[in-house]
Amino acid sequence: MAYKIIASQCTQCGACEFECPSSAIEYKGEKYVIDPDKCTECKGAFELQQCASVCPVPKTCVPA
Amino acid sequence: MSAPITWLESLTNTTSSGQLLTAAKSGDCASSSCGSSSRPTDMDSATWEKVKDHPCFSEEAHHYFARMHVAVAPACNIQCNYCNRKYDCANESRPGVVSEKLTPDQALRKVIAVANEVPQLSVLGIAGPGDACYDWKKTRATFERVASEIPDIKLCISTNGLALPEHVDELAEMNISHVTITINMVDPAVGEKIYPWIFYGHRRYTGIAAAKILHEQQMLGLEMLSERGILTKINSVMIPGVNDQHLIEVNKWVKERGAFLHNVMPLISEPAHGTWFGLAGQRGPNALELKAFQDRLEGGAKLMRHCRQCRADAVGLLGADRGQEFTLDQIPLELDYDGGKRHAYREVVARIRDDHSAAKKEAIATVASVNIPGSLQVAVATKGGGRINEHFGHAKEFQVYEASQTGIKFVGHRKVEPYCHGGWGEDATLGDIIAALEGIDFVLCARIGDCPKKQLLEAGIQATDAFGYDYIEAAISALYATKHGSDRSQLTA
Ligand code: SF4
Ligand code: SF4
Ligand code: SF4
Repeated sequence: MAYKIIASQCTQCGACEFECPSSAIEYKGEKYVIDPDKCTECKGAFELQQCASVCPVPKTCVPA
Repeated sequence: MSAPITWLESLTNTTSSGQLLTAAKSGDCASSSCGSSSRPTDMDSATWEKVKDHPCFSEEAHHYFARMHVAVAPACNIQCNYCNRKYDCANESRPGVVSEKLTPDQALRKVIAVANEVPQLSVLGIAGPGDACYDWKKTRATFERVASEIPDIKLCISTNGLALPEHVDELAEMNISHVTITINMVDPAVGEKIYPWIFYGHRRYTGIAAAKILHEQQMLGLEMLSERGILTKINSVMIPGVNDQHLIEVNKWVKERGAFLHNVMPLISEPAHGTWFGLAGQRGPNALELKAFQDRLEGGAKLMRHCRQCRADAVGLLGADRGQEFTLDQIPLELDYDGGKRHAYREVVARIRDDHSAAKKEAIATVASVNIPGSLQVAVATKGGGRINEHFGHAKEFQVYEASQTGIKFVGHRKVEPYCHGGWGEDATLGDIIAALEGIDFVLCARIGDCPKKQLLEAGIQATDAFGYDYIEAAISALYATKHGSDRSQLTA
């Protein structure tokens, strides 16, 4: 029940970070990571996962 | 006619603010209207006040003033087919060139470093990669910090327009006087071919629905800015076969909604940049196609022709990027703003600008009085200040002017690879330069060697350094006047 970011493809734009309704995404060390404990897959908040919807790179925010 | 010899370029490189001030005070005022630089005839004085030191919004100002961009807002809410976000925002910067992404604090440090060193600096812009209105928190934090340290710097942003309406009031409050919106279509059926998706209201839209929302937001944003007296520039990317003819319609729409300037830029689409258009083999227009199209638009919304499609981290005068001198690792951690150089420079400019404008007027009168059919295309090598002051071999671009009976008009620029590398001219580059100068009759520069001169001549282009350090328009009018005269010897001397 969580999403993850494929760091090697990420452009580090940070859009997913501020769109995430659960504050699950953080810039840690050198990359953006999703905290699986906080990620709700946007259930109850939005129809679709916000990180995946805003991310410019296909298949970068994906189910863990 | 020429200014009391105060060479701008000699003032701006190494000089201290003390020396600049001495220069500003020395010498008599050559012109009658000292200090009140005269404005172009097609502008009211309130507008002129807003643009007179903005290099992007005024062709006249771009000879004197510099802008810098800070890349603080990398998040974006749309996808454009000419952008590969693994690199850069194609709206405002050459794609494929990675810029240094900055935090608002790092940006403040960089702006102070540049303001201390580059006296021409007048404008700070946020222009990609990403969208300044969408990544709003970082945009806002950066502007607030900079404005409190350097209150007289002009602030501007570039945006795709999708999130613009929700921030117009804040833009006005924050005194952001100039906004650029990239508008490539007013017909969603055209937009569909340019934008694969948008992210709006917490969901992703594709196809015609996406283009329709984007279009509506862009028009609304533009109208809201015009209502509040914020000057807008519209950037349009000219994509042959996709929106090139359609841009005539775009020009009409934006003019009706109060756009101040329309900037039609060529699509950049090398496959190596990895953009959708690049990979699909979509080509961009060449310099002549672009100019021909811009000429067709003449009479609609005022056109901007001096755009350099600069990098999202560009620093300095348009066409003379100094970004590499100001990367973060070269900037001290603690830095105080010292406005000395900038203030002194402004005093100098206020004076010589009047002189330049008088010279320009005289030149245009000369041209109008000579009855020559057709026009003359002149490429000029310049480092700024309105003069022919760059060596042929060092030029990274040539500014193109058209002289005809109706006057002397700046019509664009041609980028080139400098011909001289460490003192040696390279033949391969010369070939490229000749190709880039297609359609040009004359090249004016501060210095040129016999060898490149001869090769240019063989290609039908006359090059001369006879007018070195003169005002651009003055030289062109002299050239124009002698064009059909029998005595050409002075040109090739
Ligand atoms: S799926 Fe939703 S909750 Fe999970 S990280 Fe992405 S945006 Fe946040
Ligand atoms: S939206 Fe995608 S590209 Fe941007 S930071 Fe998040 S994962 Fe990386
Ligand atoms: S608006 Fe800029 S960053 Fe966003 S996709 Fe278009 S070109 Fe790229």
